[in-house]
Amino acid sequence: MNVVTDKLQVEDNKWIGTRTIRPDGADKVTGRASYAADNAMPGMIWGKVLRSPHAHARIRSIDTSKAEALPGVKAVVTAKDIVDFPIETSVMLGIQDMRWMCRNVMAREKALFHGHPIAAVAAINEEVAAAACALIVVDYEVLPHVIEIEDAIKPDAPILHDFAKFEGKPSNIAGTMTAKLGDVEAGFAEADIVVERTFRTRPIHQGYIEPQACTVSYSADGRATIWSSSQGQFMVRAMTSLLTGVPQSNIRAIPAEIGGGFGAKTIIYLEPVALLLSKKSGRPVKMVMTRDEVMRATGPTSGSFSTVKIGAKKDGTFVAAKGDFYIQAGCLPGGPLRGPVGCAFAPYDIPHVLSVGYDVVSNRSKVAAYRAPGAPLGAYAAECVIDEIAETLGMDPLEIRLKNTARSGTKAAYGATFTKVTFEETIESIQTHEHYKAPLDKNPRPGVKRGRGVASGFWYNAGGESSAQVNITEDGNVVVTTGHPDVGGSRASIANVAAELLGVDHGRVSVLIGDTASIGYSNLTGGSRVTFASAMVVTQSAEKVIGQLKERAAKIWKIDPEAVHWENGEARPAGPNAGQFPPLTLADLAARASETGGPIGAGVQLNTAGAEPGFATHVVDVEVDVDLGIIRVLRYTAAQDVGRALHPSYVEGQIQGGVVQGIGWALSEEYLYDSQGRLENAGFLDYRMPVCSDVPMIEAVMLEIPNPKHPQGVRGVGEAPIVPPLAAISNAVHDALGTRFYSLPMSPPKVLERLDQA
Amino acid sequence: MAKTHITTSINGEPVEFLCEPNQSLLEVLRNTLGLTGTKEGCGTGDCGACSVTVDGRLVCSCLVLAVEAEGAEIATIEGMAQGETLHPLQRKFLEMAALQCGICTPGVLISARALLEKNPNPTETEVRFGLAGNLCRCTGYDKIVRAVMEAAAEMRETV
Repeated sequence: MNVVTDKLQVEDNKWIGTRTIRPDGADKVTGRASYAADNAMPGMIWGKVLRSPHAHARIRSIDTSKAEALPGVKAVVTAKDIVDFPIETSVMLGIQDMRWMCRNVMAREKALFHGHPIAAVAAINEEVAAAACALIVVDYEVLPHVIEIEDAIKPDAPILHDFAKFEGKPSNIAGTMTAKLGDVEAGFAEADIVVERTFRTRPIHQGYIEPQACTVSYSADGRATIWSSSQGQFMVRAMTSLLTGVPQSNIRAIPAEIGGGFGAKTIIYLEPVALLLSKKSGRPVKMVMTRDEVMRATGPTSGSFSTVKIGAKKDGTFVAAKGDFYIQAGCLPGGPLRGPVGCAFAPYDIPHVLSVGYDVVSNRSKVAAYRAPGAPLGAYAAECVIDEIAETLGMDPLEIRLKNTARSGTKAAYGATFTKVTFEETIESIQTHEHYKAPLDKNPRPGVKRGRGVASGFWYNAGGESSAQVNITEDGNVVVTTGHPDVGGSRASIANVAAELLGVDHGRVSVLIGDTASIGYSNLTGGSRVTFASAMVVTQSAEKVIGQLKERAAKIWKIDPEAVHWENGEARPAGPNAGQFPPLTLADLAARASETGGPIGAGVQLNTAGAEPGFATHVVDVEVDVDLGIIRVLRYTAAQDVGRALHPSYVEGQIQGGVVQGIGWALSEEYLYDSQGRLENAGFLDYRMPVCSDVPMIEAVMLEIPNPKHPQGVRGVGEAPIVPPLAAISNAVHDALGTRFYSLPMSPPKVLERLDQA
Repeated sequence: MAKTHITTSINGEPVEFLCEPNQSLLEVLRNTLGLTGTKEGCGTGDCGACSVTVDGRLVCSCLVLAVEAEGAEIATIEGMAQGETLHPLQRKFLEMAALQCGICTPGVLISARALLEKNPNPTETEVRFGLAGNLCRCTGYDKIVRAVMEAAAEMRETV
């Protein structure tokens, strides 16, 4: 479903807003698209990582001599080969601190989780490399470990890092973040009703189907080429450079097709290790993680332990909100505090807010970004409390949200003052949707109960650095190059924009993703920024190209360039010259490019701004099998302000995919550890992501309210969809059972336990 | 360890290869024969990214030993299109945007074809259960299910 509320640049569009075939599509349905693990090189050898068998241990010594002596072994690296970033001085790359990254890619003083890399071997094949890993002798001093947040913040907890202090004492709370507005205690004093609840969520893996993989070739001249899949080839180059000491100018990072990332591939694990193995061995080195390694040692996102308190007047007006969010960072600092702290209350106009996040380290793999990092954790707690307030006051849950929506001019606790808020539209869209109005039989048959729930969500969205180059080929076609890996169809949107602006058939536009040597710096594919930012730089590049085309036509016609119009892919004389000359097509002008001034093309590099935030409101119907404890989603409708859907199918796809990830988070996914701190479910059999038969169709309602700060009105769409589902499903389960769950996942054992207590 | 000589057929063409007795069919397809369209997502038969058919039967090639290919007829994603003509499933996946990152797509297409060979007129539920062995983390499955049903309808009309 597609609701267009503004006619801005819609009626005359031929390509923008249409469901064209994606430029990379044919290769992806025929198996030709080349992902990270599909690459091979002549003379290539294989790298393997030795991982810690302990959750927490001091590394006394590492003896690699036996491994190095094994026939077929070509190189071994340990932490002493990785550039050290001493604890005293922070060195940041974007939001990543190299002090933590250098210790994450290879354990330095201590092994901090079961699966932490200790050493790596390159050998003639994977079997020899694995055998060599087994010959490395590591002397460990095993230390007490801690896994769960509530254990890690106890006064007598084993401390992971001596340098981390909280309130002056050594602590596993490695940092805090606060967002504050007004005086929260004074606010609560004004409230007629206050609801305070504590919530728990488990770590969730991003679950991309493509394991991390790379091939790195380091040449005798000191130059390295990296083929890998990531959410940013420039991040790969910079981080590998920092961790290996090879200058960025000597590293070329070539982006493979990426088989899913969802935030997790905004950092690297293998590339610096493979580079050092290649440097030592003089051979190209390929490394591919197993699924076990992916689950055990990459990502996941944080689990959480949160308390949210909201005060309201009898009429439902929110007067104060307080949130304490303890967020798992994994073994090194850097949990996504900004998500829950900033986003939990952002959709609402609340005069008094105090939102505090705590970055809690424990003996788990270091967390990585996952779709709207941390925001679902905050929204889960806040949106469940709001549901309970509405229930207590006898109000419709959408009405109470409408009553409190942030509006233009509302100041959010995280600091922004909103300019154009489109939250209200998402609520009204669900309120008037057939789904919300349809009757729901809450007791359809014995043993089955049904319920309906709603929740909303907010995500910042992002702009940032992007580069594009638009070139006209000698035969009059168009090649667009950007610097962003395409995780979900962004090339299709860019092709639509370029075809529209240049007035040519969509099939005459190729969209490529440049490597670090062939396109200007472009920041990560993340933050829901790529379509927003790349459409902006492609638009400006195309406008420059059109300017050149008009100049070329003017030169041929010997008239003023101002007197040339570009229309439907042709230069036409305008004003007093109108009709004097036959139009010149793109092909005509390309053919005469040499005589009129040379190649036609233009590039733009920008630090893009104007990414307005995203709002979403969801409604879900669930069914609970009270005998088996299984919760199934029957119907799901998600409304979101998408700005302008350059390619509606891939916008819907972002919403549908984000929702189903949220369903997994709410109902079935969790990390399970044994008493020794070992992950017990490091595979897709026991880590239960939704499969096709678990879910219904997901209706995506795209509200097209153009972002006034973007040439096509684009607003980021990828992340907001995962923010509401946790609470929406929890609220629906409450509607079905009359009892509230305050922890996720609502898996069958947990549901049965609750029902048995009732 | 001596390698074993295997004679088989892949996508209708005769193929010979040497393999270790413990090598999976997936490993040989990808690393020995260069048929990298078949993907490895887990190596434990849980994600379906490595789906192929062996004598018409849908399998996870990571769970099949390469030596089992002896005398068999194997079909992979590389053989699904006929020259420039895409299989209706491939075409519908493109038209209906049933892929995002595309890493699961070859396996999903092979599974969907196997499903439609057994059941040319599946209900939505039958499609969902037919593809329950293929994990997709991007799409939420909505557009995949729709594309399979559209392709099935088209294939029924053209028979």
